[in-house]
Amino acid sequence: MPISLAARNVSHRFGNVVALDDVSIDVDAGRATALVGESGSGKTTLLRCFNRLVEPEHGQVMVGDQDVRTQSPVLLRRGIGYVQQHGGLLPHWRVLRNVALVPTLQHMPDSADAARRALELVGLPSAQFGSRFPHELSGGQRQRVAMARSIAARPGVILLDEPFGALDAISRAELQESFDNLRHDLTVTTLLVTHALAEAGRLAEEVVVMRKGRIEQRGSRRDLIRAPATDYVARLIERARAGLEALRA
Amino acid sequence: MRFTPRIRILLIGAITVGVAIPATLDAQRQNRPVVVASKPFGESYLLAEMFSQLLESRGFSVERRPGLGATEIAFGALRTDAIDAYPEYTGTGLVAILHDTLPDSIMADPRAVFAHVARRFADLYHVRWLPPLGFQNTYAIAVTRSAANRYRLRTLSDLARESPHLTAGFTADFIGRSDGLVGLSRVYGLRPRAVRPLASAVKYQALAAGAVDVIDGYSTDGLLARYDLVTLVDDKHFFPPYEAAALVSGRLDSQMPSAIAALALLSGRLDETTMRQLNRRVEVDGEDVKKVASDELIALGLVGGNAVRGARGIPSAQHSGFWKYLWDRRTTLAALTVRHLELVALALLAAVIVAVPLGLGLERTRRIAEPTIGALGVLQTIPSIALLAFMIPLLGVGIVPALVALWLYALYPIARGTYTGVRDADPDAVAAAEALGTTPTQRLLWVRLPLAAPVIMAGIRTAAVITVGAATLAAFIGAGGLGEPIVAGLALADTRMILSGALPAAALALAVDGVLAIVELLVAPAHRRTRLWQRRTEGAEAATTSPETAPISTRQ
Repeated sequence: MPISLAARNVSHRFGNVVALDDVSIDVDAGRATALVGESGSGKTTLLRCFNRLVEPEHGQVMVGDQDVRTQSPVLLRRGIGYVQQHGGLLPHWRVLRNVALVPTLQHMPDSADAARRALELVGLPSAQFGSRFPHELSGGQRQRVAMARSIAARPGVILLDEPFGALDAISRAELQESFDNLRHDLTVTTLLVTHALAEAGRLAEEVVVMRKGRIEQRGSRRDLIRAPATDYVARLIERARAGLEALRA
Repeated sequence: MRFTPRIRILLIGAITVGVAIPATLDAQRQNRPVVVASKPFGESYLLAEMFSQLLESRGFSVERRPGLGATEIAFGALRTDAIDAYPEYTGTGLVAILHDTLPDSIMADPRAVFAHVARRFADLYHVRWLPPLGFQNTYAIAVTRSAANRYRLRTLSDLARESPHLTAGFTADFIGRSDGLVGLSRVYGLRPRAVRPLASAVKYQALAAGAVDVIDGYSTDGLLARYDLVTLVDDKHFFPPYEAAALVSGRLDSQMPSAIAALALLSGRLDETTMRQLNRRVEVDGEDVKKVASDELIALGLVGGNAVRGARGIPSAQHSGFWKYLWDRRTTLAALTVRHLELVALALLAAVIVAVPLGLGLERTRRIAEPTIGALGVLQTIPSIALLAFMIPLLGVGIVPALVALWLYALYPIARGTYTGVRDADPDAVAAAEALGTTPTQRLLWVRLPLAAPVIMAGIRTAAVITVGAATLAAFIGAGGLGEPIVAGLALADTRMILSGALPAAALALAVDGVLAIVELLVAPAHRRTRLWQRRTEGAEAATTSPETAPISTRQ
């Protein structure tokens, strides 16, 4: 069951640095939203508020219809899929055990089966890959395993923090495609952090452009292109377009 | 009502204890071994062994702590009742312990000095001097005959005159004592060009080899004669009389008067000529201390012909091959090795129990981590022998202080290894495990500890090798182990004896390191073990599992 996400007037500082300045977003159940911005824009901080890796100083963060502060961080996180830039697989665990982590934490009786199904979904047959160690896989394969791990317990929501950031262009494109398929198959709510506007537009229904802890604009890719709300957004679009033109020329 | 039976039991118990305690104490007094120690030089060993055999022949059980340490350590142990008796010299007691100065008229009379020292020790420290053994062993400042001729040295005044050209090799004890170099400088104006601290055992060799020009010897030394040395005359009567006597603890004095009586049998029985001969047999001829001691006790009629256990069948140290020497001592060496391993294992185990949780705790409170580990590191810079000496006033002598000292040394590498290993364990994996809902304990047990295991093990390995080495020094405070022949060999100038402890200790260090290296492989995280296995077998499997040959392109 997909779950909605909401942040209301969230502010947070790291020391003197303002990371989030009165930010509000909503992600409807089953929809995909991308947070786009350069480093330091606050996009990752906002993402991490939803599984309480960051506890914001002000504002309210909701997962489903519950304030995250009413839930234990550990139990909350077991119900939310999470993928980070450098997969973060446990190097001493074989692939199948890595993927079965959350099902095991949830004491699912068939955690190994759940892990096998998740591996199939990301295109890694468990018979072939399940007993390998992470270091025996390519970078793209490792990231697929991380993705399988995040969905193995069928969470209602997945948070992805630059999941394709460390990959070469071909692996990235392939992984983006299978992620897109996966998301539609599973009907899971998705919040994705990326610095690439093109990626955001391709994978998410709604794009939120962030800069210096504030939201510059939110809307569909079409909305952004048709009516950039600020100079910054316009420049971002211009740059993405220029990249594409350069490729065509 | 509920308490009545309990109270009754308590009452009965109290009465039983009240009746039993005096009886058992008396029995314990008889059964408690008498702890006999010596300072680390040949004559002291020999006298302590004679004390021990004499006591044993009178039915006392004796615990030997030969070569316990210099005056400071030996007397410190006696004062705190950690040992019961050791041979001491009145002059040492007067100057090095009491720091008293007496008028020359008294200083010239050994009996008066003895009376003074005995009275002051009883008042101040509640320890007792038994009547003197019958000989004096004063300091003998010695030079080689050729140096004596070249510089025309006959007296200490002559030596002082020439001292700016001379290098002295003195024992550390002598350098620091007011009846040693300090006093000589004051009274004679002795100012050597350089002063090298030397162990008793090597100073004669150093002098003979020309490495130093002048040494402090003892007038009854067996080695003075062996190296044809010239003893300089104390023309200003600087040195006090050094009458040898048994110094006994207050506890022995009050609890076991019969042991005191047994020890007193030696009083007045050893003259200087006899002592020089006995020392010579030990230090020059390399005869076994036990044999020399028992021969003399038999000659004095103090023990029967077969009273001494283990005195027979021990071959002379210097005259058989080294391997035969080791072979002949195999049971002793095996026992010492076992004791050594016990010390190392216990100290290491205790250190692991404390330092691993400490390292883990510090990882959670990183602000105090570096200062804490730094403080443990400072402990490492304290020389082992000094740390052991610190332990004596607190814990006496024997195994306990040695274990505490070794334990302190082992803490640093283990705590450092644990802290660093856990702190640096794959941060991405730890972060992901946290984000997916593991508890801190699960992260520790599933992720951090397994990944840190090789680093922690490396710390334990380092600690183990350090401990094997440091444990040889435990013999200085009577904890036994392979240091025992090293300490004794140093005191008796017996290289074979030193090697018979040093070589097994070195082998032990290598063996312990090797065993722990295997353990380190076994605790390596699973993926590392696999890699190692693959590296060894190479073969086809490695090829199919490498990232390049199993790419994502299968999906295209």
